[in-house]
Amino acid sequence: MALGRLALGTVGASRRVSLQRGLLFLCALVLLLLSEAVEPLGASGSPGGAGDSSGGSHGLQKGCEADVTKSKHPTNRTKKPFPVLSFDYEHVKTPFEISLWVLLASLMKLGFHLIPRLSSIVPESCLLIVVGLLVGGLIKVVGETPPVLDSQVFFLFLLPPIILDAGYFLPIRPFSENLGTILMFAVVGTLWNSFFMGGLLYGVCQIKGTDLNTVNLLACLLFGSIISAVDPVAVLAVFEEIHINELLHILVFGESLLNDAVTVVLYHLFEEYAGVGSVSILDVFLGVVCFLVVALGGVLVGAFYGILAAFTSRFTSHTRVIEPLFVFVYSYMAYLSAEVFHLSGIMALIACGAVMRPYVEANISHKSHTTIKYFLKMWSSVSETLIFIFLGVSTVAGNHSWNWTFVTVTIILCLVSRVLGVVGLTYVINKFRIVKLTTKDQFIVAYGGLRGAIAFSLGYLLDKSHFPMRDMFLTAIITVIFFTVFVQGMTIRPLVDLLAVKKKQETKRSINEEIHTQFLDHLLTGIEDICGHYGHHHWKDKLNRFNKKYVKKCLIAGERSKEPQLIAFYHKMEMKQAIELVESGGGVKLPSAVPSTVSMQNIQPKKPPSDRAIPQISKGREEEIRKILRNNLQKTRQRLRSYNRHTLVADPYEDGWNDLLFKRQKLMEIEKKMSKMSNYLTVPAAAPDSPTLSRARLASATYVLQKIVYPQAYSSKPTSDDLPTIKVDLASPQSPDSVNLVNEFQKAATQNDPDDDGGLVMKVPFADKDQGEQDNKKEQQRLMRCLSDPGPGGDEEEDEPFLP
Amino acid sequence: MTGWRRPVSLEQISILHKRFMQLSHNEDSLRREDFKTISDLASNPIRFQIIEAFFDKRNFRQNGEGSVEEISFEQFLTVMSHFRPVPVHTMTEEQRESLRREKLRFLFNMHDTDNDGTITLEEYRRVVEELLSRSGALGKETAKGIADAAMLEVASVSVGHMEPDEFYEGITFDHFLKILNGIEIETRMHIRFLNMDTTNLCK
Repeated sequence: MALGRLALGTVGASRRVSLQRGLLFLCALVLLLLSEAVEPLGASGSPGGAGDSSGGSHGLQKGCEADVTKSKHPTNRTKKPFPVLSFDYEHVKTPFEISLWVLLASLMKLGFHLIPRLSSIVPESCLLIVVGLLVGGLIKVVGETPPVLDSQVFFLFLLPPIILDAGYFLPIRPFSENLGTILMFAVVGTLWNSFFMGGLLYGVCQIKGTDLNTVNLLACLLFGSIISAVDPVAVLAVFEEIHINELLHILVFGESLLNDAVTVVLYHLFEEYAGVGSVSILDVFLGVVCFLVVALGGVLVGAFYGILAAFTSRFTSHTRVIEPLFVFVYSYMAYLSAEVFHLSGIMALIACGAVMRPYVEANISHKSHTTIKYFLKMWSSVSETLIFIFLGVSTVAGNHSWNWTFVTVTIILCLVSRVLGVVGLTYVINKFRIVKLTTKDQFIVAYGGLRGAIAFSLGYLLDKSHFPMRDMFLTAIITVIFFTVFVQGMTIRPLVDLLAVKKKQETKRSINEEIHTQFLDHLLTGIEDICGHYGHHHWKDKLNRFNKKYVKKCLIAGERSKEPQLIAFYHKMEMKQAIELVESGGGVKLPSAVPSTVSMQNIQPKKPPSDRAIPQISKGREEEIRKILRNNLQKTRQRLRSYNRHTLVADPYEDGWNDLLFKRQKLMEIEKKMSKMSNYLTVPAAAPDSPTLSRARLASATYVLQKIVYPQAYSSKPTSDDLPTIKVDLASPQSPDSVNLVNEFQKAATQNDPDDDGGLVMKVPFADKDQGEQDNKKEQQRLMRCLSDPGPGGDEEEDEPFLP
Repeated sequence: MTGWRRPVSLEQISILHKRFMQLSHNEDSLRREDFKTISDLASNPIRFQIIEAFFDKRNFRQNGEGSVEEISFEQFLTVMSHFRPVPVHTMTEEQRESLRREKLRFLFNMHDTDNDGTITLEEYRRVVEELLSRSGALGKETAKGIADAAMLEVASVSVGHMEPDEFYEGITFDHFLKILNGIEIETRMHIRFLNMDTTNLCK
């Protein structure tokens, strides 16, 4: 019976899920049809689609005309009843359509993840293209012309968020270590691809039998340059999901970003001269110079804006709310400025993001950092979705001129040239690399060379008058894109598994690794200096020192400019552990990867028994003290609880919220544990001012707590911003309650498990734990002070003297 | 020259010899003071440890211990050979492992100054203090905190469960190997300059 109910339940659940999915798709369809239905009402089936302003201006024009006609016949106005409800779609047409498309894209994305197994087999990009095809088909069926992906919209609005997201979060270390390899692939590889493909295509076109004779050499070369560039959007979309190791990821991805400069130059070069029909040596030479200008210029523009952004962020400590805005606007300005001069906008964006990141992150608040991260991810995600959907729609919409020979030869040549290029270049590169690229690596790099929307947009930009075969080109481009995204995109994941390519290491960076990475850097720099050889460690060290001495002082506000990297890393790690602790419910689950019972006391060397300043006490006395302490500890804990409820609720600083939540959780947990405990009392063995002394289960928790509670000992941040409200100053006894809180935690931390009799139990003879004796005395004094100062809301406890 | 698996090429040896002569002012042996004349080394936070490593007998591959006051060219070359680049991808797994051990042993010797086979908490604290010494006056407390946390991590990973009154003596070489498994030392700890002849692979 239970089984039957269970079965019914699951069936019902799956039916519910499929019902939800169905509703979702129905919703999307309705939205679509709505958008199509209102379009004819707008009296302009504009082919510009989303973002096209011609429809809007057309509408405005009509309005003006209507006004003019009205004014020509002023006397003929008859009195109409006052319009209560009117319909005026024209003036919201453009934003309405844009919003509908964005909504459609997001709903599609939602929908895919509701279908459980689909997203693990088919990469999202493929699904989105299919959706685009369907939508385009639907629009055609309805009778409208579906919009084509407008190149302006693509390059100005859809591409920048994706590139900024990639550039801001670019892992600098692997990127700079492999920069030579990446540049080789990007520059030489793309050049090879373009010329190989262009040349061979021209050869094929010249063959009698195909009717491709009209395609001249320059047009072929232009086509080759458009189609040969690896596309960052497609690469990101597919590689995000397969989690290969960092090296391969950065190689393919870096190549896709840096080949933009080459593509831009080649495209403009051939486009300029394809109309004319010939290219001279001077033009080639100018092209080379142009390449250097485009690449370096883009990087410089980006770096300039990056420094500006970093400098601006230095002063934002009073207006934290608009910090993310600076990051976005400066980056976008970098992109647009580069585009003004026909420099490489992509490289400008990457440079801007990479340059500004270390300084901006040191200056902005934690919340702004989160905001930037999420906004970038959101925008880039939406952009990517829209791009793929529009690719699908454009396929249906565009005029196609299918030529079997051309298309098949293009696809074959793409694959062949890519493989040859990668193999040849790797042979040369491996001579200079220490970590050589294996055959498996080469295969993944070659197979991961996906083409995408950039190629399509570049092709779309071609002028039809200069290039009569533009439609054929577009068809071929779309076919190649479909082939790479569908075939290569879908099969790369099983291939990666089949070839057992190394996957991304998911391990957290440990403090030991960080220490030794830095140590190794300094060691290698030192050895290079001893050898007298100015190798790349030497220059890296020089750059770091220059950075620390001059740049950081300018661009980072306040005290953070002096914080060395190791300490920053350490703070970050502790913060992460604290947050993890809170999220895992207050220390019930061990936050670190390896559960262990090792704690700080295992590491601290045993201190020799010092001279006891206090006389030995009798057993009876000891028992009395124990009882008294226990009673009062419980009382103070109760008082603390009520005390904390007041302060926690009234906390004005939201930044300290995490810390306080965390403390509250800890308190509640300690409550639980104390209630389970029976008659013994444990006392920490070392002096309370040693920073860490607790069992491993709460080791990191207490450690963090100590950090939060002793802020001046650990961080150099100025106390003006976001500190938790409970501060401790051990030196001054004026804050007995807080001090008591600390002691409370220390004590409780050592009493966590009533089951094992471990922990430091106060044993007889007392001589062993003489330090604990000293503590007892100190605590008694503190408790006395605390009891005499009840604090707000603590009046249910009476003050009873605990020492007779 | 026992224990050398791959010789350094002749060209490299002559360049290093020239450098040796330059540093030692054309004498036969180098002393610690000669290293101090290298100006670039002055800004290195761990220069003392690096210089010490050259005079540490444990790095001379002769199973010696203790330190010397002056080194010959052969010993100079031996220490340098720890940093030669090796074609890792042609090696078998055990060759890689032994290469890792060799390089990590060098690092271990740099930390373990009293040569008792373990890196105690004091020694580790000193390492972190040195690393942070050039980075401004942030006090010994932070360095201590970081070293403590690092030590705790090693103990947690290597030993796992310890009773509260047990004492973790220090990081042994095996623990050191384990904790630094993540950084691929065999591919990172080399100076490109010391490129070597790959034809001889003595077993």
